[in-house]
Amino acid sequence: MEYIIQTHDISKKYDDFTAVNGVNLKVPKNSVYGVLGPNGAGKTTLISMLCTILHPTSGSATVNGYDVTKHPKEVRESIGIVFQSRALDDMLTGREHLQMHASLYGVPKDVRQERIDEILDLIALGPKANEFVKTYSGGMKRRLEIGRGLIHHPKVLFLDEPTLGLDPQTRESIWSYIKELNQNQDVTVLMTTHYMEEADKLCDEVAIINQGQIITTNSPRNLKRELKADTITMQVDNIEKFIEEAQKLEFVKEIYSMDSEIKLMVERGENLVAELVNFANKHNIFVYSIELEHPNLEDVFLKYTGRTIQGEG
Amino acid sequence: MAELEGIYTIWLRENKRFVRYRSRIITSVVTPLLWLIIFGTGLGSAVRFGTGAAGYQAFIFPGIIGQTILFTAVFSGVSVIMDRQYGFLKEILVAPISRPSIVFGKALGISTTAMIQGMVLLLLSFIVAVPMTPIIFLESVGVILLISLGLSGLGLLISSFTDSMEGFNLIMSFIVLPIFLLSGALFPITGLPSWLQVAVYINPLTYGVDALRNIILNEAVLPLYVDVIVVALFAVMMIMISALVFSKKEQSLM
Repeated sequence: MEYIIQTHDISKKYDDFTAVNGVNLKVPKNSVYGVLGPNGAGKTTLISMLCTILHPTSGSATVNGYDVTKHPKEVRESIGIVFQSRALDDMLTGREHLQMHASLYGVPKDVRQERIDEILDLIALGPKANEFVKTYSGGMKRRLEIGRGLIHHPKVLFLDEPTLGLDPQTRESIWSYIKELNQNQDVTVLMTTHYMEEADKLCDEVAIINQGQIITTNSPRNLKRELKADTITMQVDNIEKFIEEAQKLEFVKEIYSMDSEIKLMVERGENLVAELVNFANKHNIFVYSIELEHPNLEDVFLKYTGRTIQGEG
Repeated sequence: MAELEGIYTIWLRENKRFVRYRSRIITSVVTPLLWLIIFGTGLGSAVRFGTGAAGYQAFIFPGIIGQTILFTAVFSGVSVIMDRQYGFLKEILVAPISRPSIVFGKALGISTTAMIQGMVLLLLSFIVAVPMTPIIFLESVGVILLISLGLSGLGLLISSFTDSMEGFNLIMSFIVLPIFLLSGALFPITGLPSWLQVAVYINPLTYGVDALRNIILNEAVLPLYVDVIVVALFAVMMIMISALVFSKKEQSLM
């Protein structure tokens, strides 16, 4: 397998705070790779080091074969970046942003116009392309930024929280856009996100990061399979007693309570719902609700970190 | 080649922004006119002004041009702080182009806008009864360009040490106003108390105003070549220092 990004024990320390702690990452060429973690996990710091915005305190990284500290210029030429925060000038039009970017990144003059039209087509700005960015909606601004990141045909496109703060509909359209991009262009996408759904839908592989460290990496499908479990979430009137009794059940692999709910890890949960209710009744425990869920990445995250991704970060 | 194009790109953006903020263009012409017409007339009729034949209004005309350039150049330089807050600076700083080129493109762009303002004022010289010839005009534009390169370099330098517009008032009180008031824009710099004289001669704008006054009114304290050398040195120094600081501090700027 050919890897386009590799890091070796890369770390970033600020005084006594370690934002990224010895991360080893291998991103296969032409994949969509997700770095998944809660706010403050070190995602942006990691991506900033790969984009040459920050120098690593220790360790090293290569992007498209170039070392990020030794050859920052070559790295910059190989990548496109969409920052988490907006990086647009209100007083320029969409087309001007693309023109400016194309000349900053040395896109040859003879293909520039063609590329710009191509990108404008792709991001579907349409007639808005010649209007000032200040008149754009959030989704349009995001699409412009993604389009801009692509205009010099980068080998790697970094997307830092690409759909943060967007409404669900726009989010969906950005997702399908990223998918299409990865299928039709020769580009690897490295994205950070704290939306499980986003990672699940888009990424070929995800790295789960928490407190500056990679906890596990795999495809979303394998990660979920690894859990080998469905989750049954129950609300009962006597949590402690229920847990105590249910621990004795053979089919319960794991049981714990969280936010006044009980979570049980089981296999083939659909056969067990009725049994659990009967079991509770037998012990005079009243069941308010019971819910069966097949595993998602949220559960994977919970399993590895002991907390939910949206929780205190 | 790529660097040249980068410089051009950044220059172009600066000019587009200038043209699009219409309010900025209007104030950049109206403010100096207020100074010339109201302040010039007011103080001019209150004091007996001995130096030139044309009177106080004419005397401050080169000074007010200097002031206009000062405000435009420093504040446009400081606008990098805004670029930083809106994130646009990142977009420029991660581009594969050298930091000195970015600084130089920005300084050139700002200087161009300052120069345009200076040209407008030069063309309005008839308001204060100062004659204008093509030679005077061209020589003045050259000096204006040099001054604004230096001052925009200063603005860029300030911006690299300031991370929010909260510092704006401080910059105004401690940098821009002293440079203006100590430049001899409003009063002759000969015959000042010696402590003030020192401050005036440390101020780079003094030499710019003196050069302009030499060219436009043919009256000056120092020979023109001395003024031009000082102004040019200041420009080179400021741009080099800002380029250096931008290169060194690039991480904290993004």
